[in-house]
Amino acid sequence: MKWHVLRPLWLAIGLVVVILIARQFMVPDDFGVHGDSFTYNFYRQSNVQEWKEFPVKHLGHESCVECHEEKVTMLSASPHAAIECENCHGPAAGHPDEIEFLPIERSREHCLRCHEALEYPHNARSELPNIRNRTHKRRRECVTCHVPHDPREKPE
Amino acid sequence: MTSEAVVHGVEWTVKELFVYPNEFIYWSIQIVMYPYMTGLVAGAFVLSSLYHVFGQKGLKEIAQFSLVFSLALLPAAGLPLLLHLQQPTRAMEPLLTPHFTSAISAFGIVFTTYGLIVVSEIWFVYRRFFVEQVHALKGKEGFGNMLRLNVYRALTMGAFDISDEALKVDHKAAKILAGVGIPVACFLHGYAGFIFGSVKANALWMSPLMPVIFIMSAVVSGIALCMLTYIVIMEWKAFRLRRTVSVTAATEIKGAESDIINTATRYLLGFLVAAISLEILDLIFRGYTAMKSWDILRSVMYGKDFVNIFVLQYTLGNLVPFVLLLLPGRTMKRTVVALILVLFGVFMMRWNVVIGGQAFSLSFSGYMHYHLPIIPHSLETFKEGLFGALSVAATPFVLFWIINKFVPSLERGEEAKY
Amino acid sequence: MSCSRRDFLKQACGGTLASVLPVSAFTFLSNEEARAAVENANVRWAFLVDTTKCVGCGLCVKACKNENEIPYDAPVTRTWVERYVITKDGQAHIDSPMGGRDGFTENVINGEEIDPENIDKAFFVPKLCNQCDNPPCVQVCPVGATYQTDDGVVLVDRSWCIGCGYCIMACPYGVRFFHPVHKVADKCNFCYHRITKGMNPACVDSCAFDARRIANLRDPDDPVTKIITTERVAVLKDEYGTKPHVFYIGLDENVR
Repeated sequence: MKWHVLRPLWLAIGLVVVILIARQFMVPDDFGVHGDSFTYNFYRQSNVQEWKEFPVKHLGHESCVECHEEKVTMLSASPHAAIECENCHGPAAGHPDEIEFLPIERSREHCLRCHEALEYPHNARSELPNIRNRTHKRRRECVTCHVPHDPREKPE
Repeated sequence: MTSEAVVHGVEWTVKELFVYPNEFIYWSIQIVMYPYMTGLVAGAFVLSSLYHVFGQKGLKEIAQFSLVFSLALLPAAGLPLLLHLQQPTRAMEPLLTPHFTSAISAFGIVFTTYGLIVVSEIWFVYRRFFVEQVHALKGKEGFGNMLRLNVYRALTMGAFDISDEALKVDHKAAKILAGVGIPVACFLHGYAGFIFGSVKANALWMSPLMPVIFIMSAVVSGIALCMLTYIVIMEWKAFRLRRTVSVTAATEIKGAESDIINTATRYLLGFLVAAISLEILDLIFRGYTAMKSWDILRSVMYGKDFVNIFVLQYTLGNLVPFVLLLLPGRTMKRTVVALILVLFGVFMMRWNVVIGGQAFSLSFSGYMHYHLPIIPHSLETFKEGLFGALSVAATPFVLFWIINKFVPSLERGEEAKY
Repeated sequence: MSCSRRDFLKQACGGTLASVLPVSAFTFLSNEEARAAVENANVRWAFLVDTTKCVGCGLCVKACKNENEIPYDAPVTRTWVERYVITKDGQAHIDSPMGGRDGFTENVINGEEIDPENIDKAFFVPKLCNQCDNPPCVQVCPVGATYQTDDGVVLVDRSWCIGCGYCIMACPYGVRFFHPVHKVADKCNFCYHRITKGMNPACVDSCAFDARRIANLRDPDDPVTKIITTERVAVLKDEYGTKPHVFYIGLDENVR
C-alpha cells in the first residue's frame, strides 16, 4: 500500500482541525440554537440583552409634567391633546441635565404635515382643519397667529 | 465627501415611479462577477475531468492547463465577495458559524472542499515532477535555486517514491479526484444558482431551474475561457517557434492545437444548447402562467432590458457564436471570435439575472436603474465599480502566471511535466 | 512492501484522532441547557395599523429615526408611510418621499400634479417590519447574525453581521437596509428596547390619531389583541408564506 497517497487527506484534516480550533477562540460561547428551530433561533444569546439596553430617547409627556405642568395641562384640554410633546420638541432624553433646551419647532412645514389641505375624499385628513399653503399667509410662521398648545387661543 | 454615512447603493441606483424607500441595488457588479468567476472555475474543472475521467485523449494537454487554471481561478472567485461584504473582516464567519439553512453558508465548505480537491489532484499529477526538481536542484548554488528547491521540497510533502507502482497509485488517485470533483464543481456553481433561485421575494430569480441554468452556462464559460486562453498561448508559442526554430515545429503545434480545439468545441456546443434551452423554457413558462409579477417583468424584459437580454445575451452571446462554430470551414480566427462572444454572453446572463432582478421594485410599481460607477471617488465606488470588476477579472491570470512557474502546465509531448 | 509497522501505527493513530475531532464541531448545534427565555413564552408581539385613521403626518417616521439612531438625512428608515391616490382613470399614484419623514404637504406625486377632482380614493399606509413567524430573512442569513426571539421579534446582531445583504434581498416587504454608519443590516424591531420595559414603540406613541398600536397576542385581555382576533384584519403579501404579524384595518386592494 502506497501510504503517500493519503498525504493530501492529512492536509485536509489538518485544515479542518485548524478551523475547529479557531472556532473555540473566535466564536462566543453563547452562540447556538436558543429556541425550537435551527432555522430561526441560531444566534448569540447575549445580543438580546444588548438590544434591551439600547438607550431610550422618547420619554412621553408623563416626564414633562413635572416641570411643565401648565403647558401639559393646557395641551391636554385642547384639540391638540393627542399630540405628544416630543412630536414638536424632539426626544426628551437627557433633558434638562445634559440638554438645557429642547428645540422648539416653529416652521410652517411642521404644521403642514397635518393641516395642508390635500382634499382626499373619505380620508381622516380631510376632517382636520386645513389651509392651502400656497395661499394662506405666505412667509409667516403659523405660530404668529396660532398657539400650538391650544389652537383655540390667540397668541398674546 | 461624507463617506462615513453613505447608504450603500444610493450612488449607483436611480429610482423611477414607486420603489420602497429602503430598496436600492444592493447586489451590484461584484455579485455579477462572483457567479461568473465560480462558473469559470467549475467549467475549467469539468473540461479537465473530461480527459481524466472519461479518457478523452484528444483533450490531454488542454486538460492539464485547465486544471491548473482552475486553481488560479479559485481565489479570484472569492475576491468579489470580499470586495462586496460591508464587513469583510468577518469573512471567516461562514466557516465558523455556518447557518446551513442559507445557501450562502455552503460557500465556506464547498469552496474549501473544492480547493482541496483541485490542489490534491494537481499534487498527484505533478508529484513526479516535484521530486525530479528536488533532485535536479540539490547542490545548486544561488538564492533563486535555493528558494525553488525549498518550494519543491514543500510541495512533495515528503513523498519521494517515484517508482512505477507509486506513480500508478498517483494516477488512480488523480482519476478518482477528477471524478469526485465533478459533482463538487457542479455544486460550487449550482449553489450560486440556488442562492438566487430560492429567493421567493424576487420575482425574476425565484425558479427551480435557476441552479441548473447556472451550472450549464458555467460549464460553457469555463470551457470557452480555457479554450481561448489555450489558443492564445499556443499561437504565441507557434509564433515564437516560427521566428526562432523552424516553421515545421510551429506547424506541428498548430496541428495538435486544432485537434484539441475541435474536440473541446463539440462539448462547448452541447452545454450551450442545454443552457439556452433551459433559459428559453423559463421565459416561456413565466409568460404562459402570467403570475402577479408578469406585468412588471415583461415591461423590464421586453422594454428597458430588451437590448441587454435579447440582443446582447441571446443573439450576440449565444446565437452568433453557435452559428460561427457550426458553419463549415471553421478557422482558428473564427473560433476565437466565437469564444469571446460566448464569454460575453455568459457574462451578460449573470448581469441580466443579478441586475435585472433588481431592475424592478418589490412593489411591482416602479423601477431601479443601475449606473455602474466608472471613475471611483471613494472606496465603495472603487470596490463596486468598473475598476473593482477589472481587478477581479485580471487576478486569475496573474495567479496563473505565478503558479505556472512552479507547476508548468503548458509543455507538450515529451516536455510535458506530467 | 515499503510500509513499516511504525508507519502504520502512526497513520492509524493520526487517523483516529483526526476523525474524533470533527465530532466536537457539532456541539454548536446542540440546544443550550439554560433556556433563560422561558418567561417570554407568554408574549408574542404583534402590530395593528389602522389605515382609515392615518393622515400622513409622518411624525412616526421622524420619531423612529430619532429613537433608533438612523441618520436623519439618509434615505433609509425602519418604518415609513406610503401615499396612495387612485384617480378616476383607475391609475394608482403611489409615493413615499424620504419614507414620509416630512409628511405629505403637496398634491404632487412622482412629478405629476393631481387634481383633487380626479381622485376616487386616497389613503396612507404605514409600513414596518412584520416580525414574521416564518421570516425568510432569518432563514437566509449565512452566519446566524439575525434571529427571532422567543417573543417573536426579529433582531440583528450588529457585532456578527457580515454585511452580505442576503437578508435584505430575501425580505418581500423591503423593510431591511444597510445601516449607513454601522455598515450592517438593520430594520425595525418594534423598539425592542422599549416594549421589553413596558413602553410603546416610538412610532406608536408619536401617532396622534391611533393609527398604530402594539399588541401581545398571548394576552387575551389586551384590547388590541381583541381587535385582531375579533374584527376583520388583513396582512401584506401572505402568498409568500411568511406569516406576518403586522395586521391592517382598511387594507385596500391597491396596496403593494
